[in-house]
Amino acid sequence: MTGFGRMPRKEDARFVRGRGTFVDDVRLPGMLHSAVLRSPYAHARITSIDTTAAEAHPKVRAVLTGADLEERGLAWMPTLSHDRQAVLATDKVRYQGQEVAFVVAEDRYSARDALALIDVDYEPLDPVVDARTALDADVPVIRDDLEGKRDNHIFDWEAGDASATDLLFESADVVVAQDMLYPRVHPAPLETCGVVADHDAVTGKLTVWATSQAPHAHRTLLALVTGIAEHRIRVISPDVGGGFGNKVPIYPAYVCAVVGSMVTGAPVKWVEDRSENLMTTAFARDYHMRGELASTSDGTMLALRVRVLADHGAFNCTAQPSKYPAGFFHVVTGSYDLRAAYCAVTGVFTNKAPGGVAYACSFRIAEASFLIERLVDLLAGELGVDPAELRFRNLLTSEQFPYVCATGWEYDSGDYPKALQLALDTVGYTELRAEQERRRADDEYLGIGISFFTEAVGAGPRKHMDIVGFGMADGAELRLHPTGKAVLRISVQTQGQGHETTFAQIVAHELGIHTDDVEVVHGDTDNTPFGLGTYGSRSTPVSGAATSVAAQRVREKARLIASALLEVDPDDLEWTPGRWSVRGAPDSGASLKEIARAAHGDVDLPDGVDGHLDGSCVYNPPNLTFPYGAYICVVEVDPGTGQVKVRRFVAVDDCGVRINPSIVEGQIHGGLADGIGMALMELMAFDTDGNCLGGSFMDYLVPTAVDVPPWELAELVTPSPHHPLGAKGIGECATVGSPAAVVNAVMDALAPLGVRHADMPLTPAAVWCAIQGRPLRADLAIE
Amino acid sequence: MTVTVNGEERVVEVEPRLLLAHLLRQGLGLTGTHIGCDTTNCGACTVLVDGAAVKSCTMLAVQTDGHEVRTVEGMAQTNQLHPIQEGFREEHGLQCGYCTPGMMMSAMALLQRNPDPTEEDVRWALSGNLCRCTGYQNIVKAVLWAAARMRPVEA
Repeated sequence: MTGFGRMPRKEDARFVRGRGTFVDDVRLPGMLHSAVLRSPYAHARITSIDTTAAEAHPKVRAVLTGADLEERGLAWMPTLSHDRQAVLATDKVRYQGQEVAFVVAEDRYSARDALALIDVDYEPLDPVVDARTALDADVPVIRDDLEGKRDNHIFDWEAGDASATDLLFESADVVVAQDMLYPRVHPAPLETCGVVADHDAVTGKLTVWATSQAPHAHRTLLALVTGIAEHRIRVISPDVGGGFGNKVPIYPAYVCAVVGSMVTGAPVKWVEDRSENLMTTAFARDYHMRGELASTSDGTMLALRVRVLADHGAFNCTAQPSKYPAGFFHVVTGSYDLRAAYCAVTGVFTNKAPGGVAYACSFRIAEASFLIERLVDLLAGELGVDPAELRFRNLLTSEQFPYVCATGWEYDSGDYPKALQLALDTVGYTELRAEQERRRADDEYLGIGISFFTEAVGAGPRKHMDIVGFGMADGAELRLHPTGKAVLRISVQTQGQGHETTFAQIVAHELGIHTDDVEVVHGDTDNTPFGLGTYGSRSTPVSGAATSVAAQRVREKARLIASALLEVDPDDLEWTPGRWSVRGAPDSGASLKEIARAAHGDVDLPDGVDGHLDGSCVYNPPNLTFPYGAYICVVEVDPGTGQVKVRRFVAVDDCGVRINPSIVEGQIHGGLADGIGMALMELMAFDTDGNCLGGSFMDYLVPTAVDVPPWELAELVTPSPHHPLGAKGIGECATVGSPAAVVNAVMDALAPLGVRHADMPLTPAAVWCAIQGRPLRADLAIE
Repeated sequence: MTVTVNGEERVVEVEPRLLLAHLLRQGLGLTGTHIGCDTTNCGACTVLVDGAAVKSCTMLAVQTDGHEVRTVEGMAQTNQLHPIQEGFREEHGLQCGYCTPGMMMSAMALLQRNPDPTEEDVRWALSGNLCRCTGYQNIVKAVLWAAARMRPVEA
């Protein structure tokens, strides 16, 4: 393969043989193992910690507490949201599962044994569990570690034009309003988080193998946290068993493992269990939203007004561009031409694990897209208009692009009505509505749900977007060896998205060489250019663009070298894939392989051209890319049991140019399964004591092969005009777009029973309760 | 104890509480078998014990004394991939690759007892194996691809 198109992945050869290298596969001489002692309470003061018995265990090498870290100035670490987070609790614990002590031992089993030997005295405090009460006057202050903090308020943030929006609401014929909770869920990558930290006391060099989506950002953060100079830190993110946003932050145990290695003088491995992963690492969503949509009586949507209460847990650790405390939530006008919009978000602390931005949310667009797509369906119901028809009346048309939405985003390109029509045709919409009519007469509940979403991915322009002060540009370095084989070093980090294959395809496409001749290097900070990593579907928009530009620079340098080699003017050369030749004399030319050889040889190079054949780029994107899609879900609901069966799911996606269609489709399949999981089964629930009730795969249910239908995909290709390849991001689209389609389908099925809205997950219990007219607040198990 | 792993007899000394998954990964260095949960739900650790698919996180190593274990590392013959491995690659049945070894071992157990499964059969046979990347569709296709290759050609 010498360019874009379907090809088997380069990665697969090792993975199907069990020859991948994941963090827990790393084994170093003398390596020790570790385990974390965690808080059983959601909120409690620590009065004493006795580690004597644990330290006496014959296989234990070190036991760390918050006091030990405090001596090194490491008991707290900065977060990605200008807050701080306890590494090991010193004063009190603020969520169940919080890190209290860290044991380093000769093997994993002994480290676990020693946890039982640590004696901690707690003085329980009332927990704040329900975000809706977090700002009440009489509730406990969770963050009394912050100077002068007297409440649980984190931030207020707004976007759009409040007064223009209010005016339109006053003049509107119809207003629909709905409270909805996008409940707390968890990305749950199949491989949990882990590290191997190896501090060499002689050289002062720290090497950290980590489950990291952003190895360079992690190196810088580790330097800031530990005080070790950045050039003495090497972060290696080997094969990563799925990330889904869970592996963007630095977690407390990473820092503990580094300290453990310094204390013991040996490499220390830490790998968490599933229950630890679910209970304590970055959760997703947890937005309490109130949305209002104003319209004329003929269904012309006018304005959108949204208030959000955001539950951020005990520390504000959301991983997102610094200037956007609610991420890109203000892409909330979605795919519609609204005259005005306003949204206001308030963040609060609760006694729960930190997180918020994860699980393919594209920085809160998952929440935004769900909200607008539910409101559009509610408006359709209110007006008695078919939900597809209502969307056609309001969708942006292709002539409107580039389109500046009411909150200021400039959408790059799209052909929305065509995508919706394609989805309707693919699913056979008219026939399905007829079937629905027939079956309703027999008291059978078929539902058809539409979701039309617009994504915004590829953060982002340096001027506006940074992570803790580092602009979100990404690098690529391409070098052709003397024999014409290439090595590409990129700053982003695959967790299964196929970068080793698709980035080789970009180079192959630009240079006309075979993908087998391109080695893609990633994940090792000593050997790759700086960049912000892979999340927010930003790899193709940012690093993909950097790779394209770097390859074009190699091509241009090759032209100049070819002119010297062929002794002709560079302007007389023309490019055919893999070769520069003399215009009008195609037999006279030089292949890239010959040019690479010459670049390393003794040819007299033109002025200003260095030897060797290489090119690099740091790509600062001018804008995000705006992929979009039209999804239709068909469900059957049993009103007696509340059971939902997903019968069909049609997904039309447009991510511009597809570098590798089979990889794009695999990304969509995975995201659609996420959507069904979130809509129907996944939930992090808590009881009134703050006990986490979603802390294992026994309770936190993710879809199996029998829970999902065969996916039906179709595509449009509307290139991004500002991207060098015309490609947009795709990875998170299906996760963002699909939950609304499922929920809209279930609500559509239940409409004859008078059900208007029920919050996710639509478990049999939730659906059954909704039918009974008493919707279930599933995230709080006891109310 | 003595256990035959991928056809090779291994003599090892283990604590009675050692899980088979840890014996394979740490004791024998066969790190293709993965661990994805702590409650026996995910199936990333699936191996064959005497031909049956077993979640190796839920079996003690000592229970395999005198038995035969097959892991992902024993699927390919030198340079020739097993048809199931080929199917996963051909049909893009893997992304991060973490569930893949366990998924393929479950598929192997299925195809040994049912060489001609329907799509429904495949989905149920793999319902003890979670995947977070693929949405399962291409995994189902991969197993059906392998089944077609493995069936003897009918005369």
